Amino acid sequence: MKKLIWALVALTGAFAVGGIAINHGEPINSLWIVVAAVCIYLLGYRLYSAWIAAKVLTVDETRMTPAEVNNNGRDFVPTNKWIVFGHHFAAIAGPGPLIGPTLAVQFGYMPGALWILVGAVVTGCVQDMMVLFMSMRRNGRSLGQMARDELGPVGGYAAMLGTLMIMIILIAVLALVIVNAMKHSPWATFTVAATLPIAVLIGLYLRNIRPGRVLEASLIGVSLLIAAVIGGGGLHQYPALAGVFDFNALPLAWCLIAYGLIAAVLPVWLLLAPRDYLSTFLKLGTIGLLMLAVVVVHPDLKMPALTPFIDGSGPVFAGKIFPFLFITIACGVISGFHALVASGTTPKLLTSEKDVRLVGYGSMVLESAVAVAALISAALLDPGVFFAINSPAGIVGALPDAAVAKISSWNFPVTVDQMHALAAQMGESTLFARTGGAPSLAVGMASILSSAFGKGFLAVWYHFAIMFEAVFILTTLDAGTRVGRFMVQDFLGHVWKPMHNTSWYPSILISSALIVAGWGYFLYIGVIDPNGGVNILWPLFGIANQMLAAIALCVVTGIVVKQGRLKYAWVTALPLAWLAIVTTSAAYEKIFSSQPRIGFIAAADALKEKLAAGLLPAAQAKVAPQLIFNQQLDAVLAGLLAILVWVIILDTLRVCWRAANGVVAPGSETPYIAKAVG
Amino acid sequence: MLLPIKLRMYSIIRVIRRISGDDAYERYVQHYQQHHADDGSHAMLDRRAFYLAEQQRKWNGVKRCC
Repeated sequence: MKKLIWALVALTGAFAVGGIAINHGEPINSLWIVVAAVCIYLLGYRLYSAWIAAKVLTVDETRMTPAEVNNNGRDFVPTNKWIVFGHHFAAIAGPGPLIGPTLAVQFGYMPGALWILVGAVVTGCVQDMMVLFMSMRRNGRSLGQMARDELGPVGGYAAMLGTLMIMIILIAVLALVIVNAMKHSPWATFTVAATLPIAVLIGLYLRNIRPGRVLEASLIGVSLLIAAVIGGGGLHQYPALAGVFDFNALPLAWCLIAYGLIAAVLPVWLLLAPRDYLSTFLKLGTIGLLMLAVVVVHPDLKMPALTPFIDGSGPVFAGKIFPFLFITIACGVISGFHALVASGTTPKLLTSEKDVRLVGYGSMVLESAVAVAALISAALLDPGVFFAINSPAGIVGALPDAAVAKISSWNFPVTVDQMHALAAQMGESTLFARTGGAPSLAVGMASILSSAFGKGFLAVWYHFAIMFEAVFILTTLDAGTRVGRFMVQDFLGHVWKPMHNTSWYPSILISSALIVAGWGYFLYIGVIDPNGGVNILWPLFGIANQMLAAIALCVVTGIVVKQGRLKYAWVTALPLAWLAIVTTSAAYEKIFSSQPRIGFIAAADALKEKLAAGLLPAAQAKVAPQLIFNQQLDAVLAGLLAILVWVIILDTLRVCWRAANGVVAPGSETPYIAKAVG
Repeated sequence: MLLPIKLRMYSIIRVIRRISGDDAYERYVQHYQQHHADDGSHAMLDRRAFYLAEQQRKWNGVKRCC
């Protein structure tokens, strides 16, 4: 009977996937994707994850977990699995799975949908669960420590350097995304700005008025945030006031950089922690609402299954479907960043080894479902509208007439009136060239949420979506700067002892400034680049994130082989091989492609020629030398990322080779302690 | 019929308090009384000191993701 049910699930899933893959002409309903997703997730969770837990990991329910052995009532606490699931999901779900799928819709909805569904259950979920398990067996050690313990110092340093690089690029690209959402949008800028005093207020409340009353403080804060969103809508009635919040992109970028530096040196209780409470509330609430709305409304997808841009000429980002689809959608399928979260806090909370399935695999399944919801929200837009929002001015032209003519010439008809009407509905002056994915996602979310929960509030929903994305982007920015700061302090501490002191003010200031300067530089270049920094930064971020995933998979594969389970190594070795192919070929193309929109070196050369020939307008000629230098720097960076991947893969192969020949360096697993019976 | 609903509400509230960390201090006090009240190794923190120490501890590693 049970087998019959699973056969039925498999059949339904196959039917739905087939429906998605075969459908070409007319618009498809999003229910196809939802059904396919549910079936694939069920199969992955019930069958594959159970098999991995039993055979590859040999999960042992009789073994005490670190939470039980070291229970200290603070970080090591045996916790109900659903509570850990909630915490872990809140930690891994960020803006990534919303933005990546939105950008990838330029290839059509089909490639993204298939990669998210199939990729997640066989790569990302497996990575998250296995890293969580390995860290749990090692008292909650971090990925970097595990790499050092199990592979050696080379692997350890590669993991550390990789983490630092990904942090800097991630923050830069996320900051760019909100700058693009806020430029010349008084409403959005006001709302995002209002989140800061609200967070500080909540921070003071939680410290001084009612210490630690997280729930009531969060409810107050979220109400204030919603009031700010609605209040921002009244701003246009007071032009003088609206003018205060009307900025170009560049000043906004400088504001963010200054903000990042200040936030990094403030105590965590004042801004970071309280805003994180608010952002977690909003995040879980909005994601739940969005998924519910997608199922209830189940809109038709107006984007075709495949667009001509699979050939690499896409306006949103350049590059063919292989390898660029697979680095554009990183979070939502497989994200190396998760390996950092899965090793550390979460493993110290598990009560039973078997909970790794729900917490590790299950959370990633849910994150993948978020990516599916984001993809549907973006693909329901008119393709013409989607491209008008997401194409940078450097590709389609800065004037609305030029942009619509260009986009319509790709057979995605759109008119200036249509865009103006849409912008007016959303309470914006314009939606042209709002690149980065967040605004087009917000338009999609607004239309889907307003048709599910109340028509006529489009503009409020739009700005709610922008605020919601901005709040956790800012949290990632602060938290990332902080983590980067600790790493720099640790590193500089080797050079000069006092820098190691993480609470010594000069050390905090210097190392924070270094990190902020790192991402601030890329943000600045991203803003002044007329082709839109997203085309450069998002692929770099994707490569970095997948590289970190490759490191995590290397560590896990190495451990499995060292423990004598070579025959199961393919479970992580195959995803690893795929990631190695994807990141290497993407890095290769980003460096050496002869097309200036893809290859960094080609772009630098093309710009040099134009500059020398005097073809650039004065404003562009002024920044051209910076852009040329940046393209060259990006080429070096991409090369470094690719080399890092291969260093650690070769190191893992060395460890595996030795293990296969009977030379097994000692592992770092903690000894078995039996659970008390009863 | 009323009672089960009321009980259910309480358990929902309990889960929400737990997941949001609202009851962290209560749990700390319970843990302290069970394990450290007698050994006199350290004094019990008050609500405010506990909250601040927890924030410091929590934000020392990678806690949020992309």
